[in-house]
Amino acid sequence: MAAAQAALQQGVKVALFDEQSNPGGQIYRNVDSSPLAEVSLLGHDYVFGQQQVLAFRHSRLDYFAGASVWYLDKSGSLGVIYQGRHQEVKAAQIIIASGAQERPMPFPGWHKPGVMTAGAGQILLKSAALVPRQAPVLVGSGPLLLLLAWQYLRTGVGVQAIVDTTPKVNRWRALRHLPPALAASDTLFKGLQLVMAIKRARVPWYRQATDLRAEGGERVEGLKFKSKGTAHQLDTGLVMLHQGVMPALHMAAAAGCETQWNGPQQCWQPRLDKWGESSQPGIFIAGDGAGIGGARAAALSGRLAGLRVAHRLGLIEQAQCDRLARPHFNARQRHLAIRPFLDAFYRVGMNALNPVDETLVCRCEEVTATEIRALVSLGCSGPNQAKAFVRCGMGPCQGRFCASTVENIFAGQRAVSVGEIGRFSARPPLKPVTLGQLATSEGE
Amino acid sequence: MFRLIDNTDPELVEIEFDGTTVAVPAGISLAAVIFYLDAMPARKTILSGSPRAPFCMMGACFECLLEIDGIENQRACQVEVKAGMKVTRQLTVSGGEAT
Repeated sequence: MAAAQAALQQGVKVALFDEQSNPGGQIYRNVDSSPLAEVSLLGHDYVFGQQQVLAFRHSRLDYFAGASVWYLDKSGSLGVIYQGRHQEVKAAQIIIASGAQERPMPFPGWHKPGVMTAGAGQILLKSAALVPRQAPVLVGSGPLLLLLAWQYLRTGVGVQAIVDTTPKVNRWRALRHLPPALAASDTLFKGLQLVMAIKRARVPWYRQATDLRAEGGERVEGLKFKSKGTAHQLDTGLVMLHQGVMPALHMAAAAGCETQWNGPQQCWQPRLDKWGESSQPGIFIAGDGAGIGGARAAALSGRLAGLRVAHRLGLIEQAQCDRLARPHFNARQRHLAIRPFLDAFYRVGMNALNPVDETLVCRCEEVTATEIRALVSLGCSGPNQAKAFVRCGMGPCQGRFCASTVENIFAGQRAVSVGEIGRFSARPPLKPVTLGQLATSEGE
Repeated sequence: MFRLIDNTDPELVEIEFDGTTVAVPAGISLAAVIFYLDAMPARKTILSGSPRAPFCMMGACFECLLEIDGIENQRACQVEVKAGMKVTRQLTVSGGEAT
């Protein structure tokens, strides 16, 4: 939204293709069309999105809701499925804002009905006003998990337990990043308030959790785990997982944009200049899809990309572009000050990244960790060859939920960083397309 | 499994779910409908009949596949419920029993 508006303001003709049916992405999902009687229940950071969406709705651009981009190539051609038909669109400059996805958190039984992401819980809350009938068990690590716990407490749902997988050592490692993070003391304070609210509600909080196992037949019935070495078992029909977020890179990678490994954040991100332009000239990436920085930094990177696009199209001079951009660069830097602290504090431990043998690594093609490890031992060269041998990553999710696990297994067995292992290659179609949709296509 | 939050009184729509007429909140995705109806499992995989249900709710995981108005393998989380829809869970491998 921010990118579109920044470009519009400089006279760029903008079309926005949104896979969702309302603006706002994931963070501000349904913020201006909420089914909730009291939107404030979800917290101030969510309500903040209302202004953004309102401003966006009043902008003069071509907004295509429910439009699925299924290919994007470096020449600026996009294939879009809109209202059941394929359309080809050509653009002089492209800004991709595909956001983030949750880091997959595989362990035995994670595929059972009743196990879902914390993000899924938030989506049900924001877009359908649905909450769990029984207080769920929240498992993992990271601010989103605590936010959801707080929202469930506020809405009278309760939380059965938090099974916190944050490694103990993180506390000390994060400490040296605290001084610069104090620049974002209001965010730190907000986090502290969440933690205190959860503690006041006396939610059982199991720390340093490992050895997770979801049990049950046709649906999850219980969760086993260890906390500080002691074994525990909880009866539950609803388990919500979260282990941080990572850029949703699929579209950028398929368009040929180069990626780089971000060690501190333990994820791949696109290689970009300070404006967000990728290794493919004319393709920009903005928001959390460019690198995890949070909602405020995301919007600022959108503004920067929008300005740069206007400059590229000859609508503003370099000097004016720099002048307009300066406050956004500064603000972005301020919002990013807290990241090193958060990234260190919530760093995912090695045991969580390397699931035990029987774990289903690829949910779509039902490939276990055992099979992937066997391939590494056989001398399989990397994730792409593993994909060819056992089909992990070839199912409908296209590796979105198994790529990071496969990379981590290779990296773990070879004792190198994931950056040296590489990642699944990505190719169109990025989303499902039927022959019928292609047959009724129109060009543009 | 999931219920409407207190103080919400949405309009309801009638759909056919696995052959039975049910009333569900208007304007929600079919994946949300699955949780509202507690229709578990939502799907059984074609490879092994492994029971599954929506996982990410944002169109990325492809676990929420449903047959909607005769068309199979649609992501339920990307489709808004509409009155009169005919929704069927995919619980058997085509051609017979789940293995």
